[in-house]
Amino acid sequence: MSLKPKSNLELIKNGMFGENTIFRMAISLCPSIAVTNGMKNGVALGISVVFVQTMVNMTISLMRKFIHPKIRIPIFMLVIAGYVTIIDLLMATYARPIYKEIGLYIQIIVAFASIFARAEVYASKNKVFSSACDGFGMGVGFLLAMIVISFFRELLGKGTLFGYPIVSGSPLLIMILPAGGFLAVGLLMGFFNWIDMRFFGGKGASGV
Amino acid sequence: MATEAKAHELTVSVSPHVRGDETVARIMWTVNLSLLPAFIMSVYYFGPRAAFVTGLCILSAVLSEHFYQTSLKKKSSIGDGSAFLTGLLLGLNLPASVPFYIPIIGSLIAIVITKLLFGGLGYNVFNPALIGRAFLLISFPKLMTIWSEPTAQFVAMDAKTTATPLGILKEEGMAKLIEIFGDKADLYTSLLMGNRAGSLGETSVIALLLGAALLLYRGYITWHIPFSFIATVGVMAWALGGNGGLFTGDPIVHLLSGGLILGAFFMATDYVTCPSIRKGQIIFGIGCGAITMMIRLKGGFPEGVMFAILLMNCFAPLIDRGVKSKMFGAVNVNKEQKK
Repeated sequence: MSLKPKSNLELIKNGMFGENTIFRMAISLCPSIAVTNGMKNGVALGISVVFVQTMVNMTISLMRKFIHPKIRIPIFMLVIAGYVTIIDLLMATYARPIYKEIGLYIQIIVAFASIFARAEVYASKNKVFSSACDGFGMGVGFLLAMIVISFFRELLGKGTLFGYPIVSGSPLLIMILPAGGFLAVGLLMGFFNWIDMRFFGGKGASGV
Repeated sequence: MATEAKAHELTVSVSPHVRGDETVARIMWTVNLSLLPAFIMSVYYFGPRAAFVTGLCILSAVLSEHFYQTSLKKKSSIGDGSAFLTGLLLGLNLPASVPFYIPIIGSLIAIVITKLLFGGLGYNVFNPALIGRAFLLISFPKLMTIWSEPTAQFVAMDAKTTATPLGILKEEGMAKLIEIFGDKADLYTSLLMGNRAGSLGETSVIALLLGAALLLYRGYITWHIPFSFIATVGVMAWALGGNGGLFTGDPIVHLLSGGLILGAFFMATDYVTCPSIRKGQIIFGIGCGAITMMIRLKGGFPEGVMFAILLMNCFAPLIDRGVKSKMFGAVNVNKEQKK
């Protein structure tokens, strides 16, 4: 994290690439493996996270002057849970088929390390609009990661994209199983680190 | 003058200063050689297709290692025979009827992901050939379990498919298995010779034991892992394998069928992925045997040697830590400090 204050555009870019939740920070990996066996599920969860992350950052930033530091964790938790409930109920009503598959993981957004971390390190110390940008960038970074992972997993594991058949022949069944998820995340993480080292002169280490 | 020149030739280095003539390459090529009888028997029973599948595995394993390393501008290590061995073991673990892309995918996974991405020979956590096979079995469950019947002739083109002895044992029981092979003696002879359906190299127990004898004679493997592995399988099969209660099972069928002999002598003993302390190796073998029998008797797959070895591979470093002998007179520093 740089010491200079970043512009809003930089914040969004930082969330999408520089501190990408999954590929750079290596957090919130559980849903990235559990949900990415199909693009539909991956994108649905990604969009939910964009919404929750942006709104949580905005809300926390609005309340930051009134939150007593000693009880900030329960307050973050409540705010996150509130927005997750909104998404959860909306999905249960309007997107029933997807909800049946990934409903559990929507509820688990409450425990996402990435949302919690951004509320703690950014939103509770910064202004409303830049907090919203930071949350949005982080959420979009997560969404992009989900799209990339689920693209490869669905294409290789089922030969389809969004449920439409793309390639015929016998698919690599392992890619839609959990083992394939680990494999895909690991290889993509390595790939993005390599790109970073090769073309942008980064050190390439994923966040610890 | 002469002494001055000599002084320049002296190099300062850390021990070991005296080395044996064993090299990685020599050991690996000997292991390859010891698998030759099993390979010949597989060609004898399953025809030229067996040679094709095994050859393709070896070729793609060696090529993928070579191209991975040269593309990273590293020294190609295909000369040490370990990639050749991985390909050979993977080939001997496949059924004869697999389409051509299966050996290629399996070798790629085995060499690139299991071995090279972890740092190359000596750093892999799991046995590469077995990970390759596990990947294939999970990815292509249908294609990987079409077992062709051994024909013992080169002309049979339309090979009949059948179940492996363990598959029959699991689905239909011991009585059916004996009925298919004639009588009990015939069953044992067929299993010993390798005249049965199964992966290419696992069927002929005689040929595998011949190769294992070479390795034991040269001291490249010790008896600890194979013996404890096989003994555990035998005891558990005898104790729990029968229908009539405890100690009514038939251990011989379990010992001679499946990939037990191939796994116990050639794959569980992989230097990199097994414990290096003798006591630990016995624990390792017992663990492999117990998991194998649990899968064979209670699990969803008819055969469990592969998963057993892979699961125990995870525990190898832990076992080594657990059985490490204490230095004489050593004091536990942590405990002392706590006082």
